[in-house]
Amino acid sequence: MSAATMTAPDKAPDQQRGQVAGTSDDVRIGLRGNLRHIGALARRNVMQIKQDPGSMIDAMLMPIIFTLLFVYVFGGAVGGSLGGNRDVYTNYVIPGLLAMGGLNIAMSVGTGINDDFSKGVMDRFRTMPIARSSVLVAKLIVEGGRMLVSSTILLLVAFIIGFDLKTGPLELLAAAGLALAFGTSLTWIFMLLGLSMKTPQAVQGIGFLILMPLQFGSSVFAPTGTMPGWLQAFTDYNPLSNLADAVRALLNGEGAVADPVLATLAWSVGITVVIAPLAVRKFRTKV
Amino acid sequence: MVKHYGTTKALDGVDLDVKEGTVLGVLGPNGAGKTTLVRCLSTLVEPDSGSARVAGFDVRRQPRQLRRAIGLTGQYASVDEKLSGWENLYMIGRLLDLPRRAARKRADDMLERFSLTEAAKRPAAQYSGGMRRRLDLAASMIGNPQVLYLDEPTTGLDPRTRNEVWEEVRRMVGDGATVLLTTQYMEEAEQLANELTVIDRGQVIAGGQVADLKAKVGGRTLQIRPADPEQLHRMVGAVAQAGLEGVAGARADEAEGLVSVPIVSDEQLTALVGLLSQRGFTISSIDTHLPSLDEVFLAITGRKTSDAEQDQDETKLEEVAA
Ligand SMILES: Nc1ncnc2c1ncn2[C@@H]1O[C@H](COP(=O)(O)OP(=O)(O)OP(=O)(O)O)[C@@H](O)[C@H]1O
Ligand SMILES: [Mg+2]
Repeated sequence: MSAATMTAPDKAPDQQRGQVAGTSDDVRIGLRGNLRHIGALARRNVMQIKQDPGSMIDAMLMPIIFTLLFVYVFGGAVGGSLGGNRDVYTNYVIPGLLAMGGLNIAMSVGTGINDDFSKGVMDRFRTMPIARSSVLVAKLIVEGGRMLVSSTILLLVAFIIGFDLKTGPLELLAAAGLALAFGTSLTWIFMLLGLSMKTPQAVQGIGFLILMPLQFGSSVFAPTGTMPGWLQAFTDYNPLSNLADAVRALLNGEGAVADPVLATLAWSVGITVVIAPLAVRKFRTKV
Repeated sequence: MVKHYGTTKALDGVDLDVKEGTVLGVLGPNGAGKTTLVRCLSTLVEPDSGSARVAGFDVRRQPRQLRRAIGLTGQYASVDEKLSGWENLYMIGRLLDLPRRAARKRADDMLERFSLTEAAKRPAAQYSGGMRRRLDLAASMIGNPQVLYLDEPTTGLDPRTRNEVWEEVRRMVGDGATVLLTTQYMEEAEQLANELTVIDRGQVIAGGQVADLKAKVGGRTLQIRPADPEQLHRMVGAVAQAGLEGVAGARADEAEGLVSVPIVSDEQLTALVGLLSQRGFTISSIDTHLPSLDEVFLAITGRKTSDAEQDQDETKLEEVAA
């Protein structure tokens, strides 16, 4: 058998096992240690943004452009068919855009993490005594912050151009929180993609393939009532529809709240529970 | 330890043994498997078969314990390019559970030790190759690891920086660390390593104490060029009869116009130079020469390094320059 030894005398097999058991307590990193590591890594992600403020532009401009585009280009026409005017559409599409915001940011995480991996610093993290999930969790937290910035800007623009909040600030917070929860779970999917694909371009390509049908085959931009039956079957199960409906119900105070909210939460938890371990595992074994 | 990539046998049964507090040099040409070895031993790559214990921990079964004990400077810099040098080191200090104050101080100290204080605030992306290398070394030494892996730590560094790096490695060893160092330079191995393993195509082809290996391949030689080529043979005669250690190995190289003498000790070297001036020889150049990796290979295996033709780039140039 081939072997390499450094500094250690050979031990009998059962003694070795005894040692594993004996030291397993020291191996566990502990909650405080984990939080400290996540803090240090999140600081790294924030510093990266500081170093390259351009990377915030998408998060800041996207909501402005989307809002203006949809409200002023489609607002009159769709609003009319909704039995009203542009203002009716504004109140329809803003919740949809709030729901969708997380998607775009989640996708940028995929390309970003892929790029990060082509750099050597990940090798360093992977040889350090830190939980391997902490690198991903730190990224997730900072991206969550980006989603919040993005949502805030979206709502500011919305209020400026006449969005009418029919409920109260609590509902608004709940809606933003729900969108954040869903966006975060999507981020895990894109992290997994980013860790699995060879180049950022490939991640982007696959990302669009996933995003396009999800975004447009949903109730985000227009009511699904006039869509053909087969498409409605899809939109009904599209979690983005659930989220858009939930946010809409919360902000406009009409329609069922509980059902779409629960459906969205179920999707978010389900995606996270399934995908997060896969992503961490992928991170661990990535060569 | 075995690791194959497809049909490439990156590691084809490598056996190593390093004593605590010593430096093992792993010498090998491009593609020998040095980096693969280091990546296996630092838990980055799962070997196909074989086992290794480092600092008492099994590389495959106790990776988490092992990571507490090791520091790694890979062949390619593993620092965050977007962060400043200081931020990089501070982050690593925090990840190694240093309290904030201690992490700050440690970052300052390490930058100082690697002459990077002036560049502390600049993003690593703006560093030169040598600066990045030093930052990387600093990063791997922050935690005072028990075992340090250095994968070609000085390739591409200028001589002054290289000496600085050597000093830091010696200091770590002085503090009790065990070092596994891969290199393509005999000189580096001779400077730092206690023991040496030569690998090629994933296999160990020679190993042992540096002194033993040197005896096998020939160690440092003194090369003297008489100003008058006619005096070549007279000079060899004078040296051979000097009654000093090692002078029996004196040779005249007619093609180059050189006399070469194996160097046994500093005293012998000094005595030789004194003797030549005493005898009234005029010398136009005097130099000490270490066998290059190619010569080591030739001596051990009787053949050239397996891909010596392919890597005429950097490596070759540096060898010529060295
Ligand atoms: N990820 C990989 N996939 C496929 N082949 C690989 C991989 N890593 C290394 N190899 C192959 O394994 C062999 C050993 O490579 P390795 O990087 O360990 O050599 P090295 O001794 O470090 O060389 P160098 O001096 O050039 O750094 C080479 O033939 C290389 O092509
Ligand atoms: Mg290498």
